[in-house]
Amino acid sequence: MHQSLVDLWYGFGVALQPHNLMWSFFGVLVGNLIGVLPGMGALSAISMLLPLTYTMHPVPAFLMLAGIFYGSMYGGAIGAILLNMPSHPPHAVTCLDGYPMTRQGKGGTALGITMIASFFAASFGITVMVFASPLLVAAALKFGPTEIFSIMLLGLLAGGTMARGSPIKGVAMTVIGLLIGVVGTDVNSGTIRFAFGFPELTDRVDLVALALGLFGVADFLRSVNRMHFVGTETKVRLRDMRPSKAELKQAFFPMLRGTLIGTLFGAMPGTGPTITTFIAYAFERRISKTPERFGQGALEGVASPEAASHSKTQVDFIPTMSLGIPGDAVMALLLGALMIQGINPGPQLISEHADLFWGLIASFWVGNVLLLLLNVPLIGLWVKVLQVPYRLMFPCALFFIAVGVYSTNNSLFEVNEVLVFGIAGAIIMALDFPIAPILLGYVLGPLVEENFRRALLLSRGNLGVFFERPISLGFMTLCILLVAAQIFFAIRAARRKRRDTRDTGYRAASEAVPLHNE
Amino acid sequence: MRALSSKRTRDYLGGILMIALGMAAALRGSAYHMGTLSRMGPGFFPVALGVILALAGLAIAIGARFTRYEGEAQVLPPEWRGWFCICASIVAFVVLGKYGGLLPATFAIVFIAALGDRDNTLMSAAMLALACATVCVVVFWWALQIQFPLFQWG
Repeated sequence: MHQSLVDLWYGFGVALQPHNLMWSFFGVLVGNLIGVLPGMGALSAISMLLPLTYTMHPVPAFLMLAGIFYGSMYGGAIGAILLNMPSHPPHAVTCLDGYPMTRQGKGGTALGITMIASFFAASFGITVMVFASPLLVAAALKFGPTEIFSIMLLGLLAGGTMARGSPIKGVAMTVIGLLIGVVGTDVNSGTIRFAFGFPELTDRVDLVALALGLFGVADFLRSVNRMHFVGTETKVRLRDMRPSKAELKQAFFPMLRGTLIGTLFGAMPGTGPTITTFIAYAFERRISKTPERFGQGALEGVASPEAASHSKTQVDFIPTMSLGIPGDAVMALLLGALMIQGINPGPQLISEHADLFWGLIASFWVGNVLLLLLNVPLIGLWVKVLQVPYRLMFPCALFFIAVGVYSTNNSLFEVNEVLVFGIAGAIIMALDFPIAPILLGYVLGPLVEENFRRALLLSRGNLGVFFERPISLGFMTLCILLVAAQIFFAIRAARRKRRDTRDTGYRAASEAVPLHNE
Repeated sequence: MRALSSKRTRDYLGGILMIALGMAAALRGSAYHMGTLSRMGPGFFPVALGVILALAGLAIAIGARFTRYEGEAQVLPPEWRGWFCICASIVAFVVLGKYGGLLPATFAIVFIAALGDRDNTLMSAAMLALACATVCVVVFWWALQIQFPLFQWG
């Protein structure tokens, strides 16, 4: 531990060098701005600026890219909360309660809480990283395909059943997401699956197109001519933009819980920020005394996932760099950038490139401080954006989406994908299905299949292997408990409703709460 | 569309849709080599998922039969104009982008989409489109060097 502190001190020395600091700041600024634009996320931003890094030294190059990454996460939260447009899959969960809060005029509060939660969680994550890295790496090495599959199954179930309304619909949507994830070339056999003859689909459906189609375009289709302002029509006062003391208190424990969940999952390979945010949200909803508030603007639904996402991101750098297993698409890009520079991820990275690793960790903290300073005064600006009438905003947003999606892969086909998913998303929402689990299923699909396959290959077709290995058994037990709990609550609610209707005799139809409310 | 006002109908439809999708996926997936549990082929996972989806759809449809629905949700009239314009605008972006360049595509998507809203006049839609086109040139073409020619001829 003492060694870690010394290394961290060294890291700060690296990160605070004027040259590195400048690139860090540049990355953070660009990332934040791009993250706010709907349609553009860390993926687009990093891909566009990656060529810049070819001629730079690895340390400032990586500091810049990492700065873009978490800068865009801050920016992405802004887009998710204010405009219901997640540019990065983890923010899909933030939309669920953040956007309703904006509709109620509390967008500024949601933003403020997000920033505080992010900063707190990132700091916590960094602290954990510093002290626990050797432990985490050792634990991560115990994870084989069986364990990774079990934890993903848990994440999928948690994500699917946490949706408001019928859990079985959530599961159906998760499966649809998994199926969409299957589209493309099978890694093991080279077979092209579900491509329907389109060569562009052999490389999988585009993530950004899926996310923006389902969340952005589908929402436009549902809201056009039905909504006049994204925010409320009342004037937003400066005071409304800062979270009140009561709200801070309300958000504190969810923030803490989210941070812990993020840190816990941070070390596990195969889990990205996406699955962590879903689990944090599901957990928060499960233990809340008023679960029906979720999806309608519950502060806890914003604080916890955001905290989880940020702490997870920080801690995630350890297995990403030491094991070479990226947690999601953006991490994969960052790994790619490392390899272009000639640095190979693996256990030796921390010792061989100590300046890079520890400088990176130190720069996280510096970057987070910078972001906080940048964004707090700007909350007012973002909220003003909401005063723009919807009829002017959605065409512009459509434009940003189209250009953003195009720029990810220079492909107009993907803009078509946005349209298809937009229409599909609108239909699905009209039928009372939740759309967030689709994204989760898509992101995890290939990994789930891969690990399932490997686990069964190693166990020679024995399905019981998931219950025989101790860590895997633990996760599978949680899965079973989760399903059992769902069934239990459903039966109890149905029985209670029958009893209520019988006892009170007559009950006005509009007062009763339907079992499967949306 | 009035039929959709019943929650029960929506759930039935949803369940049936899931069953159909699940079966389609399983059918299509079985065309790929399935293999055994210990050596899974490319078809195994899609078929398994398709079956699970169909079962889930069945559960939803059966649930719709037995659930007590109370209260009617607010159902809004369909917005054909808005829907048509949004879809058309994206198609226009793709077509004009391929044959005309970034600038015409930008103008088209904003203009057509804006026309989808009843409160927008032809004039305000055109102004908005022009503004977005300007932003496009400055931010995306000049600052971010997006790989998309502003104009191309055919």
